[in-house]
Amino acid sequence: MKKFWALFFFFWPTVAIIVCAIAPSRGWWFPGAPMSRTGIQIDGLFYLILIIVTITFVGTQYVLGYALWRGATKDPREKAFFSHGSHKLEIIWTIVPSFILVFISLSQLDVLAEIRVISKFPEKSTKVAEVKARQFEWRIRYPKPGTELTTEENPGDLYFVNELHVPTGKPVIVNLRTQDVQHAFFSPQLRVKQDAVPGLVIPIWFDVLEVGTYDLVCAELCGWGHYKMKARIVAQSQSSVDKYLTQLTADQNADGTKSEAAKSGE
Amino acid sequence: MDVVAHTLLKDILQFSTQGFDMATVSPALDTHGHTDDHSHAHHEQSFIAKYVFSLDHKIIGIQFLMTTLIMLMVGGALALAVRWQLAFPWENMPVVGQLFGLFRSEGGQISPEFYTMLFTMHASVMIFLVIIPILAGAFGNFLIPLQIGTDDMAFPALNMLSYWFMWPAIVCFGCSFFVAGGTAGPGNGWTSYPLLSDLPQAAPGSGAPQTFWLLGLTLVGISSMMGSVNYLTTIINMRAPGMTLFRMPLTIWSMFITAILQAFALPVLTAAGFMLLFDRLNSILPTDIHSVFFIPANIIVNNAAPTVGGGQPLLWQHLFWFYSHPAVYIMLLPAMGMVSDMLACMSRKPVFGYKPMVYSMAAIAGLGFIVWGHHMFTSGMNPALGMTFMTSTMMIALPSAIKVFNWIGTIWGGDLKFNAVMLNCSGFVAMFIVGGLSGIFMAAVPVDIYFHDTYFIVAHFHYILFGTTLFGVFAAIQFWFPKMFGREMNDTVQKWHFALSFIGFNCTFFPMHLLGIAGMPRRYADPYLHGYLEHLLPMNRFITVSAIVMGFAQFLLLGNFFYSIFRGKKVGRNPWNANGLEWTAPSPPGHGNFDIAPVVYRGPYEYSSPEAEAIGQDYILQTVPHVKGVPKLAKH
Ligand code: HEM
Ligand SMILES: [Cu+2]
Ligand SMILES: [Cu+2]
Repeated sequence: MKKFWALFFFFWPTVAIIVCAIAPSRGWWFPGAPMSRTGIQIDGLFYLILIIVTITFVGTQYVLGYALWRGATKDPREKAFFSHGSHKLEIIWTIVPSFILVFISLSQLDVLAEIRVISKFPEKSTKVAEVKARQFEWRIRYPKPGTELTTEENPGDLYFVNELHVPTGKPVIVNLRTQDVQHAFFSPQLRVKQDAVPGLVIPIWFDVLEVGTYDLVCAELCGWGHYKMKARIVAQSQSSVDKYLTQLTADQNADGTKSEAAKSGE
Repeated sequence: MDVVAHTLLKDILQFSTQGFDMATVSPALDTHGHTDDHSHAHHEQSFIAKYVFSLDHKIIGIQFLMTTLIMLMVGGALALAVRWQLAFPWENMPVVGQLFGLFRSEGGQISPEFYTMLFTMHASVMIFLVIIPILAGAFGNFLIPLQIGTDDMAFPALNMLSYWFMWPAIVCFGCSFFVAGGTAGPGNGWTSYPLLSDLPQAAPGSGAPQTFWLLGLTLVGISSMMGSVNYLTTIINMRAPGMTLFRMPLTIWSMFITAILQAFALPVLTAAGFMLLFDRLNSILPTDIHSVFFIPANIIVNNAAPTVGGGQPLLWQHLFWFYSHPAVYIMLLPAMGMVSDMLACMSRKPVFGYKPMVYSMAAIAGLGFIVWGHHMFTSGMNPALGMTFMTSTMMIALPSAIKVFNWIGTIWGGDLKFNAVMLNCSGFVAMFIVGGLSGIFMAAVPVDIYFHDTYFIVAHFHYILFGTTLFGVFAAIQFWFPKMFGREMNDTVQKWHFALSFIGFNCTFFPMHLLGIAGMPRRYADPYLHGYLEHLLPMNRFITVSAIVMGFAQFLLLGNFFYSIFRGKKVGRNPWNANGLEWTAPSPPGHGNFDIAPVVYRGPYEYSSPEAEAIGQDYILQTVPHVKGVPKLAKH
């Protein structure tokens, strides 16, 4: 029975490792490859930590299991090994992990700065839209074609709900804010997340690598409908985005009278 | 027992406690468990005074234990309701659904509002009414005086109040759940971020419930604070002769450090709670006057008029986490201390690296005050702060790692006793490794940007709070049960309980890491609304089934617990052959604890030491004087 329990502590980490190993093939892994450049970097850091953590996990769990196994299989007449500890070991297992931890911290800094520090945002990025969250939808405001996005609303700005069109292949900036409570802008495929804090306008940047439709969901509890803040980010070529905005202008201006003028966005 | 023997004992006592305050010791003589009729005549207490409004730390500890075990079942039931919704969204709950139907959730179907209330109350109950009070309240109370060798807490009346303040808190939390008939309530999560928790119109119907929730929070805070003051005073002032700081069991060290954390962090939460209450004043009283600590200007909620203000919602997050990060260690350190005690006893070996264990606990406590920002990496705070908090958070993983290595070192080469106490403690270590390692992913800011507010975090803190702390508690209940009730729990039942809980726990929470990696946000009533999460339904069903198995396994513990109180095998003073002072007292100890006032000669972990061998045992009580002929150890 003793041996059974010792094996128990070998058994479960083994199962855990196997589950993780088969997870990607069963779809229990990231929702697709990262679709932004920062996303690729985030995934890279994730795998770096995953390797370190897996080695530590296997090492510590199996040593624990082995310590139990030794206890289970030893001669019952044999006494416990009397020791208060070892200075040398304490020093080793203080220094080694601290180097590893410092290494992990340092390896994060560049990516963190790139994602979050505003002065380090890519130079040639365009402010494409303002995303304003409210219970329970995402309101998108594009600047009037040909003008710059400002914090205040301007006449001619274009509005849409729950669908954000962005060009691919270049860094874009989105101004994130909220009209009511706190929300969070989360696009799992782009690996982007930022809280929308009442009273603040927070710029976020990302570049979408491939044409496609990506999810935009809310990641901060904002009330009963938190789960249903479902929106999409449509990434397409610049010309398609332009076309979309022209169409949006036309739709917004349509009044049923001078349909031609309205279509061309006059 | 005849009078002669009794007088003899009294004399020995007087002799061995010269210079020690006899007044605190003598009551022990009267009720130390021997049938001595004249003593009961002196101290005839009514049932109410003895078991209800008791001033005795042991009774108060047991009261805390019973209350928190009941709350554990309540919190568990709430969790299962949450799991039901995630496995079978919008379907009627069998049986229990009718119960919830009582407060109008459409005949057993969970509404989205009700869902938010369920997870909010689950977390609030588990954190504030189970984990914190079971560690500090139940075990802190029961063990501190016994392990440091004194008759009671420094302030017994304050101690009693600390228990009785739990009840208004429970009533307040209960009111917050039921006051609006269960249709609306404090659905803001246990973190209660404004503005959702601040403006009543943000969550319709959350007016009174949220107020009650905040009052409940304040009341548990008062209860904890009274406990902390008491523990600090008791540990500093009332140790038995010879009980130097570095002869204290690690349980006492952990309680001491926890009490410091409580005393310094709690005022911040209380203040923040009052700030939020003041912000909400107009929803409490018929007045227009209220503060705007967390309310910025021009916020339009639910088509109400724009707010007037100049506050900052992020302020709440800073204040809240300034308390709640230390609080997560309040929810862990005592378990770490107790497990160190138990592992040493069950391995028949001294704790490996006693002083590093103490220092690493102190380091965790110190660093615990400067890492709160790791909960706010995506909140929009200054990225330079993010880098600082990342580094300090990585550093706090270091003392945690040191502790793990020392626990394994303690087991290594031991004469292991494979009972359920040992198994639960080993489970504790194994699960803490997982929780600590998943913490590293989230301490790394860029990676946390992806993981924040997903199920990865849910996995992380359940590995620590359930996998680690609760498994430690399971062990501690069994280990100190004989001291509490004079009987022992059935070990076979405890082993089954361990196996089922451990397997159920891992099947429940390990897959949550994968849900998090798949990007499933937490606090979603229906994740499958989103195409990229649809395929996770089978996994969520598996998790729910595992959770139900694990939930039912807890009846083994409860059954064993209550059965053993009345029918367990009777045991003597020291059933585990342990070294601590508590094992020199009768089981259960009478009022005043010790019939022989303890004097301490050595540290608490001298298992299998040369001295112990010289007296033919593999343990040596802290009260045994130095054994002649054995060279003194340099340390301890
Ligand atoms: C090895 C050390 C640890 C590290 C590096 C660590 C790191 C973190 C980080 C970075 C977060 C925030 C994640 C996010 O919200 O995005 C977090 C959340 C959390 N941690 Fe830890 N942690 C550690 C140990 C612990 C311990 C010992 C406990 C409890 C006793 C704990 C309990 C929690 C809880 C309850 C939360 C979630 C709070 C919430 O959002 O509701 N952690 N941890
Ligand atoms: Cu939300
Ligand atoms: Cu924390």
